[in-house]
Amino acid sequence: MSTFFIILILLLGFLITFQIAKASEYVGVLKGEKKAFQQQNRINGFLMIVFLVGGLIGVYWCNELFRGKILPPSASEHGEKIDTMLYITLVITGIVFFITQILLFWFSFKYQYSEKRKPYYFPHNNNLEILWTTVPAIALCILVGFGLYYWFKITGDAPKDAMQIEVTGKQFGWIFRYPGKDGIFGKKYYQNISDKDNNSLGLIWDDPASHDDIVVNNEVYLVKGKPVKFIINSRDVIHDVGLPHFRMKMDAVPGTPTTMWLTPKYTTEEMKTMTKNPEFEYELACDQLCGRGHYTMRAVVKVVTPEEFILWRAKQKTNYAMVFPDKEPGAKPTDSTKASTSAGTVPPKSLVSKN
Amino acid sequence: MSNEAVLQQHGAVITTHGEAHVHHHKETFITKYIFSQDHKMICKQFLITGMIWAILGGLMSVLFRLQLGYPDSTFPFLEDVFGKWAKGGKIQPEFYYALVTMHGTVLVFFVLTGGLSGTFANFLIPLQCGARDMASPFLNMLSYWFFFMASIVIFSSLFQETGPASGGWTVYPPLSALGDANEGSKAGMDFWIIGMALFVVSSLLGGLNYITTILNMRTKGMSMTRLPLTIWALFFTAILGVLSFPVLLSGLILLLFDRHFGTSFYLSDIFIASTGRALSNEGGSAILFQHLFWFLGHPEVYIIILPAMGLVSEVMAVNSRKPIFGYMAMVGSLFAIAVLAFLVWAHHMFVTGLNPLLGSVFVLLTLLIAVPSAIKVFNWLTTLWRGNIRFTPGMLFAIAFVSLFISGGLTGIFLGNSTLDIHLHDTYFVVAHFHIVMGVSAFFGMFCGVYHWFPKMFGRYLNNTMSYIHFWVTFMGAYLIFWPMHYEGLAGMPRRYVEYENWLSFHQFGDLNRFISTVAMVVFSVQLMFVFNFFYSIFKGRKVTTMNPWGANTLEWTAPIRPGHGNWIGEIPEVHRWAYDYGKDGREFIPQTEPIGPNESVH
Repeated sequence: MSTFFIILILLLGFLITFQIAKASEYVGVLKGEKKAFQQQNRINGFLMIVFLVGGLIGVYWCNELFRGKILPPSASEHGEKIDTMLYITLVITGIVFFITQILLFWFSFKYQYSEKRKPYYFPHNNNLEILWTTVPAIALCILVGFGLYYWFKITGDAPKDAMQIEVTGKQFGWIFRYPGKDGIFGKKYYQNISDKDNNSLGLIWDDPASHDDIVVNNEVYLVKGKPVKFIINSRDVIHDVGLPHFRMKMDAVPGTPTTMWLTPKYTTEEMKTMTKNPEFEYELACDQLCGRGHYTMRAVVKVVTPEEFILWRAKQKTNYAMVFPDKEPGAKPTDSTKASTSAGTVPPKSLVSKN
Repeated sequence: MSNEAVLQQHGAVITTHGEAHVHHHKETFITKYIFSQDHKMICKQFLITGMIWAILGGLMSVLFRLQLGYPDSTFPFLEDVFGKWAKGGKIQPEFYYALVTMHGTVLVFFVLTGGLSGTFANFLIPLQCGARDMASPFLNMLSYWFFFMASIVIFSSLFQETGPASGGWTVYPPLSALGDANEGSKAGMDFWIIGMALFVVSSLLGGLNYITTILNMRTKGMSMTRLPLTIWALFFTAILGVLSFPVLLSGLILLLFDRHFGTSFYLSDIFIASTGRALSNEGGSAILFQHLFWFLGHPEVYIIILPAMGLVSEVMAVNSRKPIFGYMAMVGSLFAIAVLAFLVWAHHMFVTGLNPLLGSVFVLLTLLIAVPSAIKVFNWLTTLWRGNIRFTPGMLFAIAFVSLFISGGLTGIFLGNSTLDIHLHDTYFVVAHFHIVMGVSAFFGMFCGVYHWFPKMFGRYLNNTMSYIHFWVTFMGAYLIFWPMHYEGLAGMPRRYVEYENWLSFHQFGDLNRFISTVAMVVFSVQLMFVFNFFYSIFKGRKVTTMNPWGANTLEWTAPIRPGHGNWIGEIPEVHRWAYDYGKDGREFIPQTEPIGPNESVH
């Protein structure tokens, strides 16, 4: 019913506008075309300056409104570089923005039609053209210079001692894998993937390195101050590891692993006090459209102290232990060959032809 | 409805066949209005088809804005209309993604490419170059009908049981290649590919025609440097289209092969959870498609914006009563933009795992585009300086275009810088950026053109009051909708999310989203008023009584008020000067057809 009324009101409003519009056209004809034109021109010229003033106030007001609502200080060192770059760009583009917008509306207002004014025939001026070719070029060189300096720092190699975590996107969730005590990720092959056999990454159990790998879903633990290198994969379509608090992002592409590294600066607890928000969590959001559940593809990033991390890791069960609960990897680390009857252990080559 | 109605209205018009007329055979209803080879009629066909698409595309955005603005509410009438797609009056995720995908596809390709270039290239190239028609009127007609067929195919994809394509307008595989991963990647995606293939054919037929006509069919005295900037802009647009659209087509053909013939161009290492099966494809590269797509996709944004720039330059000079400042610099910057358009595509791919060194080259080339863009902006500002400005509706849209182009262009400097793109990529910052600089700006360029040339197209004026209301509401609305989105983007809020309720980091923008949605609906309804004004004025608008109502220099205003096929009665006028002698030697304007006087000053 309310929809009906809204439509009715809209239609009525439109009808009134139309009648006024039609009437004003007749009035214009009666008044004389020239006079009507001059009047309209004055109104529009005035509105130009109103728009400028209103717009500038609006820009200020909008900024005040959202100040502090955007993001807390960057939680990674890379993010701080990105924030600095953001401020440099903001200042340079901001100056250009205000100068050009003010000139545009001011000129429109100032040089509105007047019977007395003779427009100035001014077809070209090489000095001016050179001026506004070189000044933007120099400004952009500054931006490119800073930008690339930071870009190579951020995309450069991760430190040797970085913790390695494998991230795999799937429809619709995130799988994280830690290499375990040996520090080596066990081999995997996508044909081995089987959600019902609890092998969501397709680990090859023949490879002993896979036995101590820890696989967790939708929650990842990082250590404060310790660089972490993510090795990013996807199981199906393209996803994207988006970490707004760390200002980092990298696509997860099936078949082509990508990497990204960062150093967390604040633990989740520290961030809770910094933001005065007891609910605070670092979130990992998918940033590449990946299907109907794209918007639900969330993971929580817990940044903890080294002690808490060791505690957490000790509590985790390896993926191997989950698949083969009878064979605790701690007791007999090399008995995996016995399990060769299960699907997960078939060597990759024979599987290609099977499918 | 409107096609026939509009055309019938003009039945009475094209009767004065001059002696010099090229056509002597009798024209029937079908050859005159449907399979017309008259560039002016084809222009109107493109324009009206484009308008229908714009309404549909806009309506899609209203629907998904409804979801974004009011995620907790239900709208039972939606279920009445859309059935299972809006179960319980709530827009389902599949529906939402289909809407955003088709909104993008329709507006980028069918409105701002087909509708904008198709309309103004067809209308202005022969009229402003001084030609009786296009180089090949027949190919020109085919261009429209391929566009029409493409429209039909895309339109019918909306009625698929599994829905239209829903993997985003960029249709990245593997999502777009695998029906099991996404409902919209079933039949809807095949329709999308076929529709786009037809669209590419249309665009090539049109583009080649435009280039040929501009190069070969200019009237006597019309050297390239005397062409109005509209023609230069349309010329570069056509070249961009001809060189880049085939790459999209090749990318789509490979996609079609991956979908149906078991190839692995884009597919590798895929396990589909919904079927529990791993695919046999190995060795393909999903990133390859992105290279092919953006090799078109980036020039495409210039295909959209260059015609708008051309229209704005022309309208701005006419209504400032002043020559456009720096004509050669304007042409040069158009050329620079057209060249650079092909060298920056990978800036859409900074976070795909692209080699950082390669990324840095693209940063440099991308930011280089800001230089010709800055030249254009400053030249427009200088054109206004010390002019005598008439705020016709066309002129208002031209001024607003510059404002929007500045705002959207500057945020491009953020996104083109790979360091910042890491944080801003695929957030609302991007949405705000490209809507302002490409979507709304190009629309403003298009409105500017429609308002300015409507009297030439239909021999009547649009209603001024409605035009002014349309302008001011749209202009304010554009900023109100897209300016705050930058803040959402800075907060890292990802685009293409159905709702943000479950996200601790993004849910603080609920009020803002509601505000944006409300403004979007108001702006949309004002566009409907424009459409009404357009069709009403075709029939009932004030009649044009003088040949040159704006006091403009270009050739189209030397043709009869309602020109017949062939444009000029008698000889085609000869050109003696450039198009921008406004306010010269104390004269308000000097048409291009007037010979240089003996005492005329030289600049």
